[in-house]
Amino acid sequence: MTVLCRISGLSVVYAGQPAPALDAVDLDILAGERLAIIGESGSGKSTLARAIAGLLPSGARVTGEMEWSAGHPPHPGRELGFVFQDPSSSLNPVLTIGEQVAEGARQHLGLPWAAAYAQAQKILEKVHFPQPEKALRAFPHQLSGGQRQRVAIAAALAAKPSFLIADEATSALDMVVQAEIVALLGDLVKEADMTLLFITHDIALASGFADRIAIFKDGRLVEAGPTLAVLSSPREIYTQTLIASHRDLSTSPLIKEPAS
Amino acid sequence: MTLLSIENLSKHFSSGGRDIAALKDVSLTIADGKTLGLAGASGSGKSTLARILMRLIPPDAGTVRFEDEDWLTLSGSELRRRRAKIQMVFQDVLGAFNPRATVASVLGDPLRIHAIVPKAERPKEIVALLDRVGLPASYVARSIREVSGGQRQRIAIARAIATRPSLIVFDEAVSALDVSIRGKILELLVELQEERGIAYLFVSHDLAVLRAVSHRIAVMDAGRLIESGPADQVIENPQSQAARALIAAVPRLVIKPTRDSVHDT
Ligand SMILES: Nc1ncnc2c1ncn2[C@@H]1O[C@H](COP(=O)(O)OP(=O)(O)OP(=O)(O)O)[C@@H](O)[C@H]1O
Ligand SMILES: Nc1ncnc2c1ncn2[C@@H]1O[C@H](COP(=O)(O)OP(=O)(O)OP(=O)(O)O)[C@@H](O)[C@H]1O
Ligand SMILES: [Mg+2]
Ligand SMILES: [Mg+2]
Repeated sequence: MTVLCRISGLSVVYAGQPAPALDAVDLDILAGERLAIIGESGSGKSTLARAIAGLLPSGARVTGEMEWSAGHPPHPGRELGFVFQDPSSSLNPVLTIGEQVAEGARQHLGLPWAAAYAQAQKILEKVHFPQPEKALRAFPHQLSGGQRQRVAIAAALAAKPSFLIADEATSALDMVVQAEIVALLGDLVKEADMTLLFITHDIALASGFADRIAIFKDGRLVEAGPTLAVLSSPREIYTQTLIASHRDLSTSPLIKEPAS
Repeated sequence: MTLLSIENLSKHFSSGGRDIAALKDVSLTIADGKTLGLAGASGSGKSTLARILMRLIPPDAGTVRFEDEDWLTLSGSELRRRRAKIQMVFQDVLGAFNPRATVASVLGDPLRIHAIVPKAERPKEIVALLDRVGLPASYVARSIREVSGGQRQRIAIARAIATRPSLIVFDEAVSALDVSIRGKILELLVELQEERGIAYLFVSHDLAVLRAVSHRIAVMDAGRLIESGPADQVIENPQSQAARALIAAVPRLVIKPTRDSVHDT
């Protein structure tokens, strides 16, 4: 696989902050891979995503290198799709769902409104949105949390980006829909040669579908490598702790249960 | 004893050509000091149910009895007085706080509004609440924006217990937290429940989380309550198709190569 972006010594310090949010990170993003970024709250995952997308707030100090194989960073919205962590803040409350999803296809693919609308409906179907033809006219506040998150994913996919950054993009979805969205993104990676940077705190989710995994803690890259290799034989104690603290259906409950 | 009993609750939304039965004839009960976990597909009506309980929106039909009172007909000063007894913690805590709020005001406001302790004792009570959720007293002066996501969730819990409620509704309250912080918050919630006898309605799409904290689990699908029972039974032996699908879709941590985990790329 060829390198899409070579990140070396990347550090980010937000304005007025004493400590860097991202500290001397070296990481290659390979073209056409599914790369999962894992790490606890505040470890710098979203900062990394915003740095790659060129979306850091003004005043943030960035040092280090990002070399793009294309010679320039991908064009946001067109080549680069971004699903933000908090869907309620990335959706515009006064635009309909149809307008927000169609916008990408209209602006970046040059489709007329009617065609962009038709495409929006198709993408909403793909993200398993119920009654998409009716949802086109709804506003964000009329949707459930998981429905809003699917609108944000649809909007990011509308312009058919070759690189998608998904920041906790499935955290508000039930597991059935989550699995379907992850499969959809996997298909886009395979069929449309999309590169996927998938940020999640769910190590089990990442374990099932990422090609490679990168573990972050306190702004630093702890370790990175092929998913199975990192999770089966973690080199770092921190990775071992993360694996050990994973809770699944067989973990014993925290409450005292009556014998039933 | 039954703390809360919901009977035949229905709620319907129609707007812009969409016509949605968000709740259809939902009935359930919650016992004193126990946790009911509420699962269900996205859009199945969980938050609508929570919002009706909080009296944020009215239902089309149905009744809610809470502490032996007709909860939905309470109004005016009576409602204001009783409101302290049901508290709620949301997923998006930042959005639920006034952005200019400080930790002191977030915790002080409910103490004042519901006259929980005399004015002179408020600062001491705020510190005690912070201490109870594992935060230092020095946090009182901080802005709510100057704390991490996990800390903010602790403050939201402190605010919820401040009014000494008998029921707290959690709507995806731990979904945005990473595993280590989430585990600590869940432990805190279970401790608080044992110590103070608070009942929880715990809405989450994460069945492993529900399994960890729930005595009983109820499952919703397309506005209907389709299954409920003791937590272990619902998880280990789900009866409905929807519950089976949700349980089967829980991501498993893949550590050793297995046949279905190998990528065909
Ligand atoms: N705009 C900002 N200004 C100042 N500090 C910030 C800003 N955004 C993030 N930070 C800080 O930078 C650090 C890294 O934050 P970041 O949002 O990248 O973490 P994260 O890994 O995405 O966490 P989470 O899982 O909670 O989303 C944190 O300490 C955070 O408080
Ligand atoms: N104000 C509203 N106007 C119109 N429809 C609404 C409104 N609020 C909710 N709905 C619809 O009612 C249904 C139930 O929504 P609700 O928010 O209760 O689902 P949920 O189970 O909480 O889902 P999620 O897991 O995604 O948060 C959804 O189809 C939603 O689109
Ligand atoms: Mg983040
Ligand atoms: Mg909801």
